Amino acid sequence: MEQKIVYLLTEIRPEFNFLESSNFIEEGMLDSFDIVSLVTSLDEKFEISIDGADILPKNFSSVEDIKKLLLKNGVLK
Amino acid sequence: MNLKFKNKRITGILTVLPENEIKFEDEIGNYNFSKSQSLKLKLIMGFDKRRVVKNGTTVSDLCIYGMNYLFEEKKINKDDIDALILVTESPDHFLPPTSHIIHGELNLKKDMFCLDINHGCSGYVFGLNQAFMLLEQEDINKVVVLNADVLSTKVSKKDRNSRPIIGDGASITIVEKDTEESTILSSVKADGKGANSLIIPAGGFRMPSTQKTAELKEDKAGNLRSLDHLYMKGDDVFNFVQREIPVQIENLLKTAGLNKNNIDYYMLHQPNKFMLKKLADKMEIPYEKMPNNIVENFGNASSVTIPTAITYNLGEKLMSDSFLICLAGYGVGLSWAAMLISLKELDFCKIINYK
Repeated sequence: MEQKIVYLLTEIRPEFNFLESSNFIEEGMLDSFDIVSLVTSLDEKFEISIDGADILPKNFSSVEDIKKLLLKNGVLK
Repeated sequence: MNLKFKNKRITGILTVLPENEIKFEDEIGNYNFSKSQSLKLKLIMGFDKRRVVKNGTTVSDLCIYGMNYLFEEKKINKDDIDALILVTESPDHFLPPTSHIIHGELNLKKDMFCLDINHGCSGYVFGLNQAFMLLEQEDINKVVVLNADVLSTKVSKKDRNSRPIIGDGASITIVEKDTEESTILSSVKADGKGANSLIIPAGGFRMPSTQKTAELKEDKAGNLRSLDHLYMKGDDVFNFVQREIPVQIENLLKTAGLNKNNIDYYMLHQPNKFMLKKLADKMEIPYEKMPNNIVENFGNASSVTIPTAITYNLGEKLMSDSFLICLAGYGVGLSWAAMLISLKELDFCKIINYK
């Protein structure tokens, strides 16, 4: 799952190395439109619909946070 | 707060849109999106075409144009109008009320309840609620609810958060007493703690416009705007909508003793496609029952998106058919409002262009 997440992140912002960051939001790697694009990609890739109320910057700060969000929204490990 | 109205109905809806159309592709250079990001957002958010007024056109111009069209087409009679309500965030002046300017230009009778309401994206439902309350009066039989905004003139050209979606327009909704037995249920809510989430900081009495308030400043995301421009905390507004609207609609359905499948259409305010799709997914409502095609075709003209969704998607059908519709608007205030209403055999339901 982590690999897929990093792949999708890199697809949206190819200029950044997401494996080297501890906080994508604080480090300015993802803005609100990137999050919208990422949610759409995650929905398609994992065949889910992430709950709109969970689309908060803090849930997209790291691969681990995104993984937690996916698990909460029905993606199996 | 729930509101209940008996024996009232909408008899006609007209949307008036400026003929002037702007395409997202023509403005891409104003924003700091990459080309691939722009194309992706066009699909996801519905950044495409929007109708905006040309310099100098105001809310009263759009409303007067639409009202004159209805008079000329003999859809309404001047003397039958007992109340005129205008819902807008972009009045012609601080004073007088723009509804009175419209009243004067149309030569309407003096025996008239004439009122401006300052509301935005939830304003269609607020305007209807006000109209239904007035119709409780013996002397009031026909209310004209005008919804209109020209906020495109208050959005920075370099603000990619708001500029690609903001459109202008007006709608005219005729509301009357119903001779048949009917019930309309509504729910209204407010959270003034979110007042700064959608704001034009300068230009009012708290912070008059000056050279300083007109200075463009760059935010973290690279948007350039001044204190005279509309500012929206997109994340906060999006989250508030996703949190509150499904609950509000669910509670309203419960109060009515209905379930979501009993509703023919969900006509919700349309700030962008992504927000509507997420609401539909969360509420498990098929996309065809919750149209999300207004912002991509016309832009988001605040309280005008709901009547535009009705006229654009149901138009002719509503001249002969009857549908149970859930309306919901949400935004500035913060405020949110929903309504369950039957729309049936309207006298008119269409869009015209303002030339």
